Amino acid sequence: MNRKRKELIVSALNNGTVIDHIPPERVFQVIRILGLDQTGKQVYFGTNLESKKYGRKGIIKISDTYFENEEINKIALVAPSATLIEIHDFEVVRKTHVVIPETIEKIVKCFNPNCITNKELISTRFHVIYDENGLLKLVCHYCEKNTSKANFVFV
Amino acid sequence: MKNRSLISISDYSKQEQIDLLDRAANFEQHPRRDILKNKVIASLFFEPSTRTRLSFESAVQQLGGSVVGFTSSDSSSVQKGESLKDTILTVSNYCDLIVIRHPVDGSARYASEVSPVPIINAGDGANQHPTQCLLDMYSIRKTQNKLENLDITFVGDLKYGRTVHSLIIALCQFNTRFHLVSPVELKLPSAVKRFIKEAKLHYEQYIDLTEVVAKSDIIYMTRIQRERFPDPIEYEKVKNAYNLRNNMLENSRPNLKILHPLPRVNEISVDVDSSSKAYYFEQARNGVFVRQALIASILGLIS
Ligand SMILES: [Zn+2]
Repeated sequence: MNRKRKELIVSALNNGTVIDHIPPERVFQVIRILGLDQTGKQVYFGTNLESKKYGRKGIIKISDTYFENEEINKIALVAPSATLIEIHDFEVVRKTHVVIPETIEKIVKCFNPNCITNKELISTRFHVIYDENGLLKLVCHYCEKNTSKANFVFV
Repeated sequence: MKNRSLISISDYSKQEQIDLLDRAANFEQHPRRDILKNKVIASLFFEPSTRTRLSFESAVQQLGGSVVGFTSSDSSSVQKGESLKDTILTVSNYCDLIVIRHPVDGSARYASEVSPVPIINAGDGANQHPTQCLLDMYSIRKTQNKLENLDITFVGDLKYGRTVHSLIIALCQFNTRFHLVSPVELKLPSAVKRFIKEAKLHYEQYIDLTEVVAKSDIIYMTRIQRERFPDPIEYEKVKNAYNLRNNMLENSRPNLKILHPLPRVNEISVDVDSSSKAYYFEQARNGVFVRQALIASILGLIS
């Protein structure tokens, strides 16, 4: 039943993008990061929907809008499991996963309170690294200190 | 290096770092020339650091250049709450190059992004101090006649000491054997150890300094700095952890030299000063030549 309903909603979009498998608590964040609160296009979203894979999920549909990889990858930090479905004339033409980019701009605050980005009006910028345990860390472009996942505060 | 800011030692390649040391050696031979005539260097010290400031200013003036700027005590614009960006954009109208010392981490990198003239970082908070790193490398090379394959011992505050971090990272390019002496509370952070591992080099950690004196080519002493400690009780526990005395040098290697970024407090006894192995005052002198080489290279006045 679930499957049928999903198809129905997806096919309601004749041109545009569906972002699926967003963690339910991150839907509004994704909307903000992609600037969907500013768009003039139709945006639908749902959250706490049932998902076979993840238990619960969020979903966003944006009509007549397509994203460059660079742009959509900005949401990879908050929604690493997200899938992107592009629709042209009611047909799914591309399905991709978000990829964590090499640099992260603006989205996360630097954990170092003495960092210039926390003192003046400057956008943050980080280089993504993985430590010896494979855990993702962000190295601040300015103060060069690491911010680990547990300390992420989103702007 | 022409027109390129120096914020972090890794902004320059290994070859560029070596070229700078070679040029510095040349300035040591001829420290007074007129190559900075008609050039103006701004020296913006948002926090006091008398010796670094004097070293830069002496470097410029010995080459016939002039210096404008301020130190934290008389910086009215800072007191008025002007943003760093505005200060940099204003001052850059008056000079060919800016030397900046600032208490906030990352401030120098940011300054280099907004400034139309090149920036030299003279220390940004707890982050980087690349000219100190270059003068340390210069001092090591000068006293050992090489940078490769040395036993280098770091002593004291390895956790908060930014000069230690930068120097260790730079020395990872030269097949160094690292000996790290510190109280447990002040061990080298894992983020820096990572560079040693990635370079496939080795380090050993010690608590007792006497264990390692005999196997060192260089002993790099550091001050345990009160201002880096969030907790004053932690500082009291470790502040007198190390004290190098002349009689501890008896079995040391003949080529051993003792370095210290200065100012020292009590980690090196005064009785070491007369030893031929004490090198910390000459080390400070080398800072002038390194800074001359750097400024002249960035302004494209030597090649
Ligand atoms: Zn930072």
